[in-house]
Amino acid sequence: MSWETVIGLEVHVELSTKTKIFCGCTTKFGGEPNTHCCPICTGMPGTLPLINKRVVEYALKAGLALKCEITRKMKFDRKNYFYPDLPKAYQISQLYLPICRNGHIDIETSLGNKRIGIHEIHMEEDAGKLTHDPWLDETLVDYNRCGVPLIEIVSEPDMRSAEEVIAYLTSLKSTLQYLGVSDCRMQEGSLRADINLSVRRAGETKLGTRTEMKNMNSFKAIARAIEGEAKRQIELIEDGRKVKQETRRWDDNKDSSFAMRSKENAQDYRYFPEPDLPPIVISDEWIKQVTESQPELPKEKRARYVSELGLPEYDAGLITQEKRLAELFEGASAVCKDCKLTSNWIMGELLSYLSEKQIPADELSLDYKKLGDILSRMQKSEINRNSAREVFKVVMETDADVGKYIAEHSLSLVGDSDMLLSAAESVINENAGAVSRYKAGEEKLFGFFVGQCMKKLRGKADPVKLGEILKEKLQ
Amino acid sequence: MKIDDEMIDYVSALAKLSLPDDEREKARQDLQSVLEYAQVLSEVDTGGVEPSSHVAEAVNVFREDEIMPSFDKREILKSAPRVKDGQYLVPKTVE
Amino acid sequence: MKTALEYGRLLAERQIGARELAQSFMDKISSGNGKYNAVLRTCGESALSAADEAQKRLDVGAALSPIDGVPVLVKDNISTKGIKTTCASKMLADYVPPYDAAVIEKLRNAGAVIIGKTNMDEFAMGSTSETGYFGAVSNPWDASRVAGGSSGGSAASVALGFAPLALGSDTGGSIRQPASYCGVTGIKPTYGAVSRYGLIAYASSLDQIGALSIGAGDLRAALDIMTGIDKRDMTSADALKPSAQKVKPIGEMRVALPKEYFGEGLDDGVAKCVLSAAKELEKMGAKVSECSLSSVRYAVPAYYIIACAEASSNLSRYDGIKYGMRAEKYEDLSDMYEKTRSEGFGAEVKRRIRLGAFALSSGYYDAYYLKALKVRSIIKQAFYKVLEDYDMILCPASPVLPPEKGESLADPMQMYLSDIYTVSVNLAGLPGLTMPCGFCGGLPVGCQLIGRAFEENALLTAAEEYQKATDFHLRAAKEAGL
Repeated sequence: MSWETVIGLEVHVELSTKTKIFCGCTTKFGGEPNTHCCPICTGMPGTLPLINKRVVEYALKAGLALKCEITRKMKFDRKNYFYPDLPKAYQISQLYLPICRNGHIDIETSLGNKRIGIHEIHMEEDAGKLTHDPWLDETLVDYNRCGVPLIEIVSEPDMRSAEEVIAYLTSLKSTLQYLGVSDCRMQEGSLRADINLSVRRAGETKLGTRTEMKNMNSFKAIARAIEGEAKRQIELIEDGRKVKQETRRWDDNKDSSFAMRSKENAQDYRYFPEPDLPPIVISDEWIKQVTESQPELPKEKRARYVSELGLPEYDAGLITQEKRLAELFEGASAVCKDCKLTSNWIMGELLSYLSEKQIPADELSLDYKKLGDILSRMQKSEINRNSAREVFKVVMETDADVGKYIAEHSLSLVGDSDMLLSAAESVINENAGAVSRYKAGEEKLFGFFVGQCMKKLRGKADPVKLGEILKEKLQ
Repeated sequence: MKIDDEMIDYVSALAKLSLPDDEREKARQDLQSVLEYAQVLSEVDTGGVEPSSHVAEAVNVFREDEIMPSFDKREILKSAPRVKDGQYLVPKTVE
Repeated sequence: MKTALEYGRLLAERQIGARELAQSFMDKISSGNGKYNAVLRTCGESALSAADEAQKRLDVGAALSPIDGVPVLVKDNISTKGIKTTCASKMLADYVPPYDAAVIEKLRNAGAVIIGKTNMDEFAMGSTSETGYFGAVSNPWDASRVAGGSSGGSAASVALGFAPLALGSDTGGSIRQPASYCGVTGIKPTYGAVSRYGLIAYASSLDQIGALSIGAGDLRAALDIMTGIDKRDMTSADALKPSAQKVKPIGEMRVALPKEYFGEGLDDGVAKCVLSAAKELEKMGAKVSECSLSSVRYAVPAYYIIACAEASSNLSRYDGIKYGMRAEKYEDLSDMYEKTRSEGFGAEVKRRIRLGAFALSSGYYDAYYLKALKVRSIIKQAFYKVLEDYDMILCPASPVLPPEKGESLADPMQMYLSDIYTVSVNLAGLPGLTMPCGFCGGLPVGCQLIGRAFEENALLTAAEEYQKATDFHLRAAKEAGL
């Protein structure tokens, strides 16, 4: 008896605007509690929400990039419920007329290509942060995060495996980063995914009872959560029991989920249109403007790298996954005029450096001109590979000036013919015996002569030129 | 529209208002009489009529994404019934 | 008693001093308020220092406005920084806002001297000013009767001479009806004309701040200062202040009398006074004729559903966490919410919250809330249609004379029904003004003028002309002996 897992995602993305969605307080992460607040985001009596235009723009950008239909006249709605992290006791969100609907993301997995539907995208405000105080056994409330703008992206229940979910999230994250609307950092909470999962016997069309899972902080945790929950549900059903519709909290340390205390009676949120905010009308103009200013997205970029720049699929895929890497690649390769060299360096040296130092790609601050410069010099044999690595590391750490460093540390390869000639002549003179044996046919000794010259030049000889000169002299 | 005890308890719970037994009947009756009176609305033919959730005709009122200084947290927390270490203090929340 | 503009002139001419003036009004409140409970608190020192600042300007002829230095009272649901703002509720009994409402900023920038906060129905919910935590407001004309609501404190204060000008708020008639019951003039501007920033919300799509005074001229002065778009209220409009609005001469005005408003349920005495006002306007040259507004029978239920739905949401923030009262004893979070809200809110507020929660709840939303919003559209269209052929509508402000205290509390439905003439104006978002037009058994009767959107000046001009030809609006001053 085989089973099918049906998965839908609700992804909350924090938009990287300067200010909150309904007030001018900063969205900066951190800060002492309640220092990024004002009467509006703390729900004081008499205050009114003030919608941030950039939030609408970013939501529109996201929706268009995700191929959604744009709701041309939209409103905000109030979602009413009581919880200490919600100062007004209602969240301003969108239920009836969300900004975007019916989009999709195309993913690639080991089983091939698939289109995952996006049901809708809407704007809403984030809530505050609750912390347990163990001394008093009470809860502390911080409203700094309250009002930070979010878009919620709700997928269709089109995914069938953890692999598909990860592919979906990777693509989503990549697209949103490219658009510049969010930094999508799961670790920092700017991207949060809730998983809706149910199982059914293969071939059945009816959906099983689903559970909702929260609190996964990484893609790996999500994959584990999916596998664990599918297994749990299958076991329950095979045991003759029923899956209970509930919200479960994933505990990555324990590698299992726990039912959350069910909130009283399935919530009746009493949604109604927000009277304090006039409706928003999206004109053709506005859509055109956003569409035209859309940057090249990862998929397009990847295809272009392959078809126009001749990069292998794998390389193109890896580099385009992160906007910063693609920017670096494009910039540096334009400087050194060698795409393959640049892409290899990025995939090799750069990525291993980042991995070693645990720096996420989107925090990369390397100047593409400097990378281009290093690669250029290496390509022209001005420096050898080891030196290039050294300079690269120094630039990554200190943003040092490339030329200066090379000069100060004498990393330049000797390409001066006279110097090479003089070294070659010395070596030949000092190794008469070996020279005769070479001339007699022991061609392997050529490497020995190269090595001796290198020694004299402290390893800094342009190997190509040196080789030419030696060959000539040894005839 | 008949309002029964269950309904009056339900709306009270939604609104986080307690409803002692000795107040239930009056609350139930009050709600019922208003709703009975409101029945008259069903006489109105509202087919094809757009609901007025906003009385003004304005659309597209926006604020620019420019930072405004936040309030000093002491000003904000000044009115709070219970505070600890710069945060509001409430009874324990359960997940 | 002088009007606010008259005081303004006397101050500018240095015939009276600002400090003395503020002090004299605060003294009047001290001695007279006990019986009527119209004022909740006076500002004492802060009023006197504002007066002193005004004096400095007046001494050098640099008055900020025609009412620079003039004392003003403010309804206690309008946020005043550093001064308690309670909404006459136990929930906010000790609440001090950290900011000023937009209208308060504007009044201060115009030099007005805020001398106190007035009593009201709790959270502006009520038509009698009896539901407040600090007790009822008595009608100056008969203390056993109500002053009307919810701006009863402001209306009574003006009638009693506690200040020449008072701010109120109007969601379903809360300025116009108490103005009528207290024999003063009051105006609710077009929805959006005056910023709601700082007005502690009752019903967001219906609330407006307005003013009450003895005569129409003062109301114009107040609206001139308070009208205009405000970045902090996205529902505020780029409205012209009344003085800048072009207006027809009274002789060219066409006034409509909705026939359905004069039927059953309207007290004869009230009808007589209102119709005599119609005659007076005719004498002044206006064309008065009958029109039809049958939607009046749907106005009250539509209003209550919408207002209570919005209120149930607006009042959810009172949860004992950020400000206001918190219950003393509770077992856990849920209990804390319930005890706080049940102890903090009065009966009428709870009644309306429950109705609102019901109207928005799953399964009933379409039949109640959505239906009411559609009926609202129909009512609005009906008014707009009439106002295509007429410049204003004339009708009563209330179907009855000021009721005795306690009567309405015993029968909330009856109280709701008495809002029949005022609620449509909020539903349609139009401006409305009431002015005294007669007396019945010693009790004042007001008539209401309803105008086109953003044409407050038409109403003010008609009222001004009427008040030149009659003296009902001066009776309060005479009675108050000023």
